[in-house]
Amino acid sequence: MPLVKLTGGQRIDLLGVRKEDLAKVWADLDMPSGYAYGKNFRTVKTCVGSDFCRFGLGDSTALGIAIETRFQGLEAPAKMKLAVSGCPRNCAEAYVKDVGVVAVDGGRWEIYVGGAAGAHVRKGDLLTTADSAADVIRLTGRFLQYYRENANWLERTYAFVPRIGIDKIRAVVVEDSEGIAARLDTAMQASIGAYRDPWQERDQNATPGQFRTALPLIPLPQVPVRETPVIAPAQPAQ
Amino acid sequence: MTGAAVEYRLGPVDDVPAGEGRAYAAGGEMVAVFRLRDGSLRAVSAVCPHAGGPIADGQADLEVVICPLHQHVFELATGCSRTGQPPLRVYRVRAEEGQIILGAAS
Repeated sequence: MPLVKLTGGQRIDLLGVRKEDLAKVWADLDMPSGYAYGKNFRTVKTCVGSDFCRFGLGDSTALGIAIETRFQGLEAPAKMKLAVSGCPRNCAEAYVKDVGVVAVDGGRWEIYVGGAAGAHVRKGDLLTTADSAADVIRLTGRFLQYYRENANWLERTYAFVPRIGIDKIRAVVVEDSEGIAARLDTAMQASIGAYRDPWQERDQNATPGQFRTALPLIPLPQVPVRETPVIAPAQPAQ
Repeated sequence: MTGAAVEYRLGPVDDVPAGEGRAYAAGGEMVAVFRLRDGSLRAVSAVCPHAGGPIADGQADLEVVICPLHQHVFELATGCSRTGQPPLRVYRVRAEEGQIILGAAS
């Protein structure tokens, strides 16, 4: 394994696997994929939550796991990165996620949408404040389904939310102004029910030669391999 | 131009699923062969001129292929880029008795 890295989304990256070895690596791991490569639901980053942090107002870890388990792998016009923070100190960076959930006083949860912290930086807009974790999961699913149905290809929520307008989105998703909330919930549930981890089907290629080498097929000029940099030990100050 | 044009028999057409591409080595060059959903074949150089991406793994329709690394778009018939990159080389290709026959670069 050329590189193992712990990611900012709290995953374990295994990098540099050749395409033709992918199915074998997944078979050895026998784990679900973290979906770090597609236009789909990615990670739900969390802080430690209320059990081990004196500031924690809500169990962000449990809610994050529940959200991630429910929506794992769902496809969308662009990737969806989420986070749940246990208090407004924002250790999980929930203010700058496609959907970010922040615990506030009184067992309630603020839901922010349309945030980003990549090449484009945007603080999410407050969609609503939910009264329970179950409400968070329901509204998250409804927002994501509305996004999946109305966003343009490759349009992240940081572009989608300002284009539609947070007031319009709040009206549709929270207040059901168009009477489509139940349909959105049903459609999301159908997508969740239809989801299968594609790597579980690794032994039955989707098409013949799916994992055949694409490049290189002939010896290429060798790329210089980076040497481990030698850093001189610090010298004591005189 | 000297001598007869060299042609390469790359293998069964059925090795390339409809709508996808597969890479082949032919005469020291790497060639991406696409079998379009209308059944026709296209062949272009397999290495993206932008950053060396695997063109055969790109998404293709009846007109273009999109390099999977940086989404640069190339016309399958002409090799020309629609996103400002140098062109791909285009090869003559045909199916003969179920086999892919690759001709010279055109």
